[in-house]
Amino acid sequence: MKLTLTTLAATLAASTAMADLVIPDLSYRTGPYAAGGIPFSDGYQDYFTLLNERDGGIGGEPIRLIECETAYDTERGVECYEATKGEGALIYQPLSTGITYQLIPKVEADQIPLHTMGYGRTSAANGEVFNWVFNYPANYWDAASVAINHLLEENAGDLSGKKIALIYHNSAYGKEPIRTLEELSEKHGYELTTIPVDHPGQEQKSQWLQIRRDRPDYVIMWGWGVMNQVAIQEAANIRFPMENFIGNWWAGAEHDVTPAGAAADGYKSLNMNRVQEYPVFDEIRQHVIDAGLGAGDGGSSIGSVLYTRGMYAAMLAAEAIEKAQEIHGTSAITAAQMRDGMEALEVTEATMEEWGAPGIGPEFSVSCQDHGGSGYGLVQQWNAEAGTWEPLTDFIQADAEVIDPLVEGDSMSYAQENNITPGCPGS
Amino acid sequence: MIYREAGDFKTSYVADSQTFPIRMDRRAYWAALAVAFLVIPFVINDYWLNAVFLPFLIYAIAALGLNILTGYCGQVSLGTGGFMAVGAYACYKLMTAFPDINITLHVIAAGAITAGVGVLFGLPSLRIKGFYLAVATLAAQFFLVWLFNRVPWFYNYSASGQISAPERTVLGVPITGAATDAWATYLFCLVFVVASAWIARNLTRGSVGRTWMAIRDMDIAAEIIGVSPLRAKLSAFAVSSFFIGIAGALFFAVYLGAVEVGSAFGIDKSFLVLFMVIIGGLGSILGSFLGAGFMVLLPVFLTNVLRDGLGWPTTLVAHLELVIVGALIIGFLIAEPHGLAALWRTTKEKLRSWPFPY
Repeated sequence: MKLTLTTLAATLAASTAMADLVIPDLSYRTGPYAAGGIPFSDGYQDYFTLLNERDGGIGGEPIRLIECETAYDTERGVECYEATKGEGALIYQPLSTGITYQLIPKVEADQIPLHTMGYGRTSAANGEVFNWVFNYPANYWDAASVAINHLLEENAGDLSGKKIALIYHNSAYGKEPIRTLEELSEKHGYELTTIPVDHPGQEQKSQWLQIRRDRPDYVIMWGWGVMNQVAIQEAANIRFPMENFIGNWWAGAEHDVTPAGAAADGYKSLNMNRVQEYPVFDEIRQHVIDAGLGAGDGGSSIGSVLYTRGMYAAMLAAEAIEKAQEIHGTSAITAAQMRDGMEALEVTEATMEEWGAPGIGPEFSVSCQDHGGSGYGLVQQWNAEAGTWEPLTDFIQADAEVIDPLVEGDSMSYAQENNITPGCPGS
Repeated sequence: MIYREAGDFKTSYVADSQTFPIRMDRRAYWAALAVAFLVIPFVINDYWLNAVFLPFLIYAIAALGLNILTGYCGQVSLGTGGFMAVGAYACYKLMTAFPDINITLHVIAAGAITAGVGVLFGLPSLRIKGFYLAVATLAAQFFLVWLFNRVPWFYNYSASGQISAPERTVLGVPITGAATDAWATYLFCLVFVVASAWIARNLTRGSVGRTWMAIRDMDIAAEIIGVSPLRAKLSAFAVSSFFIGIAGALFFAVYLGAVEVGSAFGIDKSFLVLFMVIIGGLGSILGSFLGAGFMVLLPVFLTNVLRDGLGWPTTLVAHLELVIVGALIIGFLIAEPHGLAALWRTTKEKLRSWPFPY
């Protein structure tokens, strides 16, 4: 105990002395969700390392990454947050909806921005209620709507009488799209069945038996970690037509489909970022990987879906830092200034070109009222023979007519529960 | 030399039967309480609170509860996680249904509700024992988690299926919600811990505790000398679940603030608390604290030494942690099967005759 105290005191004292741009990375490289956590974290860290190596940080200020292992566990996520927030953390990206729910009240109290890119609490898109939480460029409800819009397109705009099954991770994450899909089923007249899979999702025989019996026309999946691989394998086992099986953007990475081999051919998933060969990858290889500074095992996952998304998350954060430095005229920004930078964020084709990743995401801008971005998503399809994801569509717009009232309703009930008066801070 | 009774005279039966008969122990106990109440609240920060003190205090209550059932009454239970979930959800429903009533009462009521559920799931213990009972409690664990995930009424029909604690105050100081101070939540939990330990200690050395221990040591013999197995076993389940329910309520409302039943109260929680009880020492109040401290502090300690101190990659540290904790558990069980509490007892014996052992 005494030893713990002294080591802790020593480490805390040693690390708080520096004043850099502190970016904590709440990663998970162990546990049943590691397959998704590793490439995302590698992409996230490698991009910041690239900025440090190539440009000497952002605006001349070096970036200091602090990695903390959460194992996708909420308790450890909270511990990581408490351990790192004192170091001047600028932004948190926990890559876990469960941890996000824990952190939302904490970041609102501590005034540190939380960016949950395409996950977390969807209604955080309402920036007047959730001042410190951002979920651009798109959220779960957008994803659900994009999937339905894609199906509408396939069926010439008519889904009435179709049966759609949602197979979901039985957690806050998996339950998110249900409300939207229900609303959309009223609008478009399809029949929705929801099938939960319990954590971690290694056992799905009964769920797929039910799908086999009910014969839905389409299956939409909200899965993560080992659940995705098992679901795709089980779908192949009951010979469910893969082109009618659509995963969301957390159920569409290489490691999800490769275990099923050729049987996974034709499986579709959503994506919020284009997967292709970007010029920035060469720079990362040159400045980071070849210099032996790569995160994880050093660049084995470059170019994969989740690596690209992690890098995209880092790019958005770096852009917001730059914006904040511009607004406040100082290179050593604080968490509160970072928030201003995020609210003034504007991503255009030119900005993405500048990052070395042209067309990685949709164009969008953030404002105090709207923390949700554009809500665009695209559909990609797995080609098992080539081993690549092929984009099937361009970015599809979500149905704002259905989603906006849902966001409004949910965020307002949160505001009421927590006595929040909606409004923009500091203005 | 240390821990000697010499010169410590008792002149009444009350004095003779007190919890800490040796003066030195007594002083250590009061000193510990004084530090806990008068020093720590002034120096505690958010990190120490959330990484060390809150989990330690809350798991200590849960370990106390399980120790009463398993250590004192001999009924093996793997349903701790499920019972903690009952406490958490009971507290949530009470908090949201009666916002004007003090949170302290809600936590106690959550304990009482869990006690009722515990008695219900303790009924099979009248017929089955040992491993079979463990399996019956395992069923309780899975059933309760399934129930809270399945029935939307328990989470007030929220879209995410999560429950989150609204802000509640005690004497005007916020205890739950986002805007809490470290000292306030710490003291709130500490009061519950001290009260629980005091109740548990006095129950276990009174007639109720003796019937539990009689059942544990040999239930047929106990029945012959007039102990009612029905009363003894069900009261053990009730008291145990009461403490576990309080632990669950605090875990949700004060510590995490938002909870999802599957990940927060899964089977891992049951095993974690069981490990605490086994490592700390079965049938010992002190053991519950030592076990909880060991299981909470060790991972934090290892992370801080290996990752921050030595700068090792987080993956390696996370995996090593599992290896080291596992090896230590096995080592302890071989070297001292009665747990840390027995180790402490042996140390006291040694200290007593030091420096002239015989």
